[in-house]
Formats: sequence, structure tokens, C-alpha cells
Amino acid sequence: MMHQKSVLRVVSKLLIPPILLFALYVQFHGDFGPGGGFQAGVIFATAFILYGLIFGVATARRVIPAAATRTMLSLGLLLYGGTGIWSLLLGGEFLDYNLLASTPSAGQHLGILLVEFGVGMTVAGAMTTIFYTFAAQTLGGDDTPKEEV
Amino acid sequence: MAGTAISMLWLRDLFAVVMLSGIYSLFAAVLYVVMDAVDVAFTEAAVGAGISTVLMLGTLALTKSKERAHKKISYGPLVLVLLTGGVLIYGTLDMPRYGDANAPIHSHVANRYIEKSGSEVGPPNIVTSVLASYRGYDTLGETAVVFTAAIGVLVIIGRRRKNKKDTPQAPKTKEGSTS
Repeated sequence: MMHQKSVLRVVSKLLIPPILLFALYVQFHGDFGPGGGFQAGVIFATAFILYGLIFGVATARRVIPAAATRTMLSLGLLLYGGTGIWSLLLGGEFLDYNLLASTPSAGQHLGILLVEFGVGMTVAGAMTTIFYTFAAQTLGGDDTPKEEV
Repeated sequence: MAGTAISMLWLRDLFAVVMLSGIYSLFAAVLYVVMDAVDVAFTEAAVGAGISTVLMLGTLALTKSKERAHKKISYGPLVLVLLTGGVLIYGTLDMPRYGDANAPIHSHVANRYIEKSGSEVGPPNIVTSVLASYRGYDTLGETAVVFTAAIGVLVIIGRRRKNKKDTPQAPKTKEGSTS
């Protein structure tokens, strides 16, 4: 779709790297400013969805395959749950980050970082997966773009 | 905001409705910024105005983009909606005024979050401390909800595509064969 729209192609190519960078900023700066895993995941997914809309879903699938997004989807939740189990194994309560490092504050920092990263991965994976699934329906297959969205 | 909502109700062209719902979300995000809830505004702008508009457009490509005109006005749903709305508005009458310092929400655990989250948890953004640490269990549940949503979409419509892939020798009919 939209193979001839050169303005869209050029502008989106310019925009996608800053979008990805901004997603990472929102992810890891969430402790200090607005943002966090959820928003970062959505922004990260937006970059791939934009790419898919402009350059075709088949091309986007080559950049980040559906299997990879599904793995991200489940790995994120596993990471979140795993952090809880980890603190459980260290003798604390579920998701008690105080024990994850030598000092409680370092532990809290590490725990929040891991957990937010898990949220970000799951959300980015989920959004991209949902987009791929919808797009596959719309295009009636994977490689043959037939209809403009 | 009310204008976009009302025109969404009246319009029959679903493409315009999807666009208006995106604009509505953007207005909602601005409203959240005005009320100092920057984190929520962020999410609303990214999810409501961004992703869901794209997904709605994807759905429109699958279905028709015009809503069927209803000739008959059915009164049952109207009464139900008015009743529910009335009950909800009646419920808000008991709520404390916006910005009231003595409201329960400001006297329960919020003070502890504001005073101690710096030393107990660390991050200067209290929202992050509450979401990821104090209420970590809730956030785990929310992440599981997002996960389940994606799995649900995969199970419901991701499977059809696979069936189509399994039978490539079948004549190529588009959406008609699967629905």
C-alpha cells in the first residue's frame, strides 16, 4: 500500500529512528519523568506499525517477524513474573524488590527497571502482534497488498 | 469534546467516525494534561489517538465503512441508557468536590506515597513508584491483561490465516471464504 507516496516514505524514514529512540527514552527515563513501560511499549510498536503502513506489512514482517513479536509478548510477562519469583526465592514477599540488591534502594531501582522493561516488552509485542493479525486479515494473505488502509 | 462525541453519534460514515474518535482521544489527552495527569495523558495520546485509530481503520477495511440506517427507533435501549446514566450521575453527587483537600483519596495512602516514596522506593516520579513498586501486583495483572488480549486476538483471527495458508491450492477467494 502507498508505494508511490514518496513524501510519506521519506518522512516516515526520517521519523522512525527518533520514534524508536524516544521509546527507549520513555522506557528508561520513566523513573524521573512521565512515562514508563506501557507508554514506551506503545511508542515502540508505533514505529513498526508506521513502517508496516508505509512500506507494506510484508516488509515489516521481514524487519521484525511475527514469531519475534510473539516471543516478546510472552517474555515480557515472564520477566515481570520472574522478578516476583526471584524476590520470593531470596526469602522475601512476591515482588518485594528490597532484597534484589545489596541495599534496599538499589534493589528497588533494579526491580522497577526489570518490571518496567517487562511491561514495555509485553505491550510492544502485543500491539505489533495485534496489528500483524489485523493486517493479515485485511490483505487476505501475507505478500499481496490489495487494498489501501 | 462534546461536539466530536455528538457528531460521532450522528454520522453514518464510519471512516469519519474513526477519525473523530481519534480527535476525541486527543482532546481527552489535553484534558488530562490540564488536570496534571501527564502519565495518563501520555497513554491516552499513544493508545487512544494512535494505535486504536490504526486498528479501527484495519477493521474498517475488513467490514463496510457505512453504517446501516435504522428506520425504527427502539425505546428499550434508550430507557436503559438513560437509567444507567441517571444512576451514575446520582452516584457522583456524593463525591467530594474536585480539589477538596479533605477528600478520602487525599487522606488515605496518598500522603505516605508523597512523603516517603523518595526514601522507600527512590524514583523522583511518584507515579512510577506507585505503579511498579507499591502496586506492583496490580501492574502485573494489567500486563497479564494486555498479554491475554493479544493472545485472544491471535486465537480468534490469527488462526484463520493459518488455515488459509494450509490450503494454498484452493482457489484464491478473499475474505468471503473465511467469514
